[in-house]
Amino acid sequence: MRRLAGPTVTGSRVTASGWGWRHAGRARQAVSGLDLDIRPGERVLVLGPSGAGKSTLMHALAGVLGDDEDGDETGDLFVDGLRPSQARGRVGLVLQDPDSQVVLARVGDDVAFGCENLGVPRAEIWPRVSQALADVGLDLPLRHPTSALSGGQKQRLALAGVLAMRPGLVLLDEPTANLDPDGVVEVRDAVHRSVEASGATLIVIEHRVAVWQDVVDRVIVLDPAGGVLADGPAGTVLSAEGERLAAAGVWIPRFPPAMPHRTEAAGDTLLSAQDLAVGRVPFARRQAVPVADGLDLDVRAGSTLAITGPNGTGKSTLALTLAGLLAPAGGRLAATSALAAGIGEAPHRWRSRDLLERIGTVFQDPEHQFLAGTVRSELLVGPRALGLGAAEQAERVDGLLTRLRLDHLADANPFTLSGGEKRRLSVATVLATRPRLLVLDEPTFGQDARTWAELVRLLAELQGTGTAVVAVTHDDLFVTALADARLTLVPGAGPATGRVVSTGPVASAGPSRPAPPVEGGTP
Amino acid sequence: MSLMTPEIRPSAIARVNPVAKLAVALLISCALMLSIDWVSAAVALALEAILLAWCGLNARQFWLRTAPVWIAAPFGMLTTILYGEDSGAVLWSGGWVSITEGSVALGLAIGLRVLAIGLPGIVLLATTDPTDLGDGLAQVLRLPARFVLGALAGLRLVGMFIDDWHSLALARRARGVGDGGGLRGKAARFRSLAFSLLVLSVRRGSKLATAMEARGFGSDEPRTWARESVFGRRDGLVVLIGVAIAAASITAAILAGTWHFVLA
Amino acid sequence: MHASTNLLRGSTTRKPRVLKWRVVDIVVASVIGVASGVIFWAWGLAWSPLSAVLAFTPGLEGLLAGGWLFAGVLGGLIIRKPGAAVYTEVVAAVVSMLIGTQWGFSTLIWGVVEGLGAEIIFALFLYTNWRLGVALLAGAGAGVAVGLLDTTFTSYAALDVGYKAVYIVSAVVSGTVLAGLLSWLAVRGLARTGALSRFASGRETGRTDRLEPVSAR
Ligand SMILES: Nc1ncnc2c1ncn2[C@@H]1O[C@H](COP(=O)(O)OP(=O)(O)OP(=O)(O)O)[C@@H](O)[C@H]1O
Ligand SMILES: Nc1ncnc2c1ncn2[C@@H]1O[C@H](COP(=O)(O)OP(=O)(O)OP(=O)(O)O)[C@@H](O)[C@H]1O
Ligand SMILES: [Mg+2]
Ligand SMILES: [Mg+2]
Repeated sequence: MRRLAGPTVTGSRVTASGWGWRHAGRARQAVSGLDLDIRPGERVLVLGPSGAGKSTLMHALAGVLGDDEDGDETGDLFVDGLRPSQARGRVGLVLQDPDSQVVLARVGDDVAFGCENLGVPRAEIWPRVSQALADVGLDLPLRHPTSALSGGQKQRLALAGVLAMRPGLVLLDEPTANLDPDGVVEVRDAVHRSVEASGATLIVIEHRVAVWQDVVDRVIVLDPAGGVLADGPAGTVLSAEGERLAAAGVWIPRFPPAMPHRTEAAGDTLLSAQDLAVGRVPFARRQAVPVADGLDLDVRAGSTLAITGPNGTGKSTLALTLAGLLAPAGGRLAATSALAAGIGEAPHRWRSRDLLERIGTVFQDPEHQFLAGTVRSELLVGPRALGLGAAEQAERVDGLLTRLRLDHLADANPFTLSGGEKRRLSVATVLATRPRLLVLDEPTFGQDARTWAELVRLLAELQGTGTAVVAVTHDDLFVTALADARLTLVPGAGPATGRVVSTGPVASAGPSRPAPPVEGGTP
Repeated sequence: MSLMTPEIRPSAIARVNPVAKLAVALLISCALMLSIDWVSAAVALALEAILLAWCGLNARQFWLRTAPVWIAAPFGMLTTILYGEDSGAVLWSGGWVSITEGSVALGLAIGLRVLAIGLPGIVLLATTDPTDLGDGLAQVLRLPARFVLGALAGLRLVGMFIDDWHSLALARRARGVGDGGGLRGKAARFRSLAFSLLVLSVRRGSKLATAMEARGFGSDEPRTWARESVFGRRDGLVVLIGVAIAAASITAAILAGTWHFVLA
Repeated sequence: MHASTNLLRGSTTRKPRVLKWRVVDIVVASVIGVASGVIFWAWGLAWSPLSAVLAFTPGLEGLLAGGWLFAGVLGGLIIRKPGAAVYTEVVAAVVSMLIGTQWGFSTLIWGVVEGLGAEIIFALFLYTNWRLGVALLAGAGAGVAVGLLDTTFTSYAALDVGYKAVYIVSAVVSGTVLAGLLSWLAVRGLARTGALSRFASGRETGRTDRLEPVSAR
């Protein structure tokens, strides 16, 4: 009964009674008192505030939570009447963090990996691989190295790997968090088609209800205090209990989070780019290979520039360049005297300490940024490097901890946080040094409605005091809430070039190139 | 191109099953390690040089990959000439250093031996993709799949070292701890960056293990292989060539009377 | 929430040891092995000139041997499963060989023997003792193994007997310090960062990030 070769598999049944889990080293249970009965073939959307234990539940269902050395279990959890660790192989899980789940060195091999483990015959594996790659829109050769993928491409790869397995229970932990808007729809439809065809049970976690609303039959909202806040058919739960759930931080389409008040205060230009090309220097080469070029933009004090565009067009690369971390691959990038304050106009030549109060950067992968053993000492790194007094340090850190709802985690290890908590911590580390320009790579992914609103409010306040923000984002609501200008990268003729085609609705980011707005698909 | 997905130019040797290449290199190494003499090393080296013609490496790749051997051979030779077991006429002596006919002959033998043992390994592996090697080890040699794939995954993680090092350095620069402190600071930063890299890899490894289990890896059920690793007649022939080279070098040495068994 | 309070106590009690390798054991041992392999390779490059300098004091080249012995001790101390020292050392040796060393395939054989040198010590303590003393002994064990191997099969076989003895003693000293002591310190450092939280080695020495009082809610 482990594996069914044909296209139809019977969906798995999931039951939980009084189930709970406490991670080793934590005093509080991540999940507690959970009672569930999910029928075979049911499609379920799991919601809940950041840190409510959604990912923990998914790990448990996939049987990868570990043994009693890793934490303490209460109650019972069954997949098809078996303990999840025995039902492994019936279950396919896409983890929240796409970066850490690439197994093999080539795209094709990586997708085939799951099928091999399930004992799928070789002749059947390759058609499945091609099908899965096409389904998730990852249009790359099978031999393409997995080490050269953008964040969104990695996420598609992970999904393809699970879809190709055709498991009885498909578990997706925020499968579209890093995808561009077209990609979100594409992937959702692929998942829908796939479970429809196979009859598998689907459990998906996503903060944004709107995407999955029409695809799922049932919504379960986890309560951080234990048990569930709501459970029932999607329509009923979202309409009848919408208000209560929205108050608890769940994204409900009818109750969007409060938009911040913006003060129109565009000030001096801080950074300007003409005909800028960005790219990375490949290993053992001297010259950068441009991934996007012909970029003209101005970053102004007190305003927000949003950078959007499909996956893999070079948004993160551009962000790192604007932040003074990568050297431009061509063209000109200059900081004005308002930002540089007397230390030369090329940000990538500045000293590390000089960057602190000028430009703060949040990386796409928060884990690259963590240096310390606890959340609190992580936040102290910047203020210490600035040489602030102890009182000032404590004040800044405590303020950020409370506002971003991390205070109960102050002594936790940054790497053990939930996805959303990690993201907030990485944003907080940058805010702690109060730089004049913030460069944020997908600052809102993984946030519930409450933490999202708090984050956006905080950024709006900073803008009011003259801070400039450059944010790479796929989050349209974020753009609406904060952006004064928008720069959209679209794939060019070559596989790895991009070009500015549309500028923002409010102010202009690159007046020199008023091209028609193109909502380009993937390259 | 990277460590994990090397650009391998099509060549006769590149098409040979990695397990066969492994066997050849192992055979030659073992044969040469049994004796220290210049004839066996020289014969093996000469025969290997003929095989090199089929490996499809261009000159630049060849010299780059084999550089360690070319550096090591003269050093090994020098050490032996100066301190090797003495015999025969004394050519020069001073302090505890003495150069004799015997030690010069030994030095020559050592130099050739380093080359003959080192070259096949490097060249054969320069024509092998690690993934194919893994497939061969698991399917042909039937090593446990859990360990072979675990090792392959570990290899891939470390293949990302250079990227990770770069990202970590960028992140440190962004956090204000990326420079300053002069030479001392530089050394301290290097140490801390290297340690962070180790920490990051161990964390990545733990997470990757979870991801692998989430895709059904690690159960005791039999698994299939998407890429078949076949050990065909050609591969058998390659192994035979290896046996022939090993035998030829030993025979030549015995016939020439230079054979000198290490344990004797 | 009473139940959870009881559970908290439960987690600190000693669990029976599981000697079967988990997937995480395999992958992390591999990562450590591969990373060590890169260092082995670099050490091999540095070795040529260093040993040429030491060549003026014959036998003392053994002091450099420790640079190839730490992987096994490190793997053994972190994973704490039978075979961990051999596995890690062999992976490291193979990786350095893959990148390219002057020793070619004999690197593999050396890896096996050096790993066994450390493994035997851990086995003698029945895989229950992981303290500094044992780590030093394991390093020394690997040193003995490599000393014997080098003076029999490599160019050192051509040395005079006195020099051979010096070589073996230097290798043991080097193994004890570079492989035993440094590995032990590295494990302690790693455990402090919380990176080893899924291993017994990380939980024993490691910090916990338990801070929230149980009554927090
Ligand atoms: N490995 C771990 N060790 C210790 N604590 C952990 C670990 N993983 C998660 N936690 C904690 O358990 C709680 C629940 O985490 P989980 O990742 O399940 O939340 P989540 O609902 O998925 O949140 P998000 O929406 O932010 O991803 C959090 O407080 C988190 O800090
Ligand atoms: N470390 C890397 N080494 C080599 N190529 C890379 C690396 N990271 C990204 N790339 C490639 O560079 C291009 C641009 O990547 P980048 O990460 O800037 O895209 P992005 O617009 O941020 O995408 P996403 O929305 O998916 O995060 C992509 O085609 C990607 O494949
Ligand atoms: Mg989560
Ligand atoms: Mg990106």
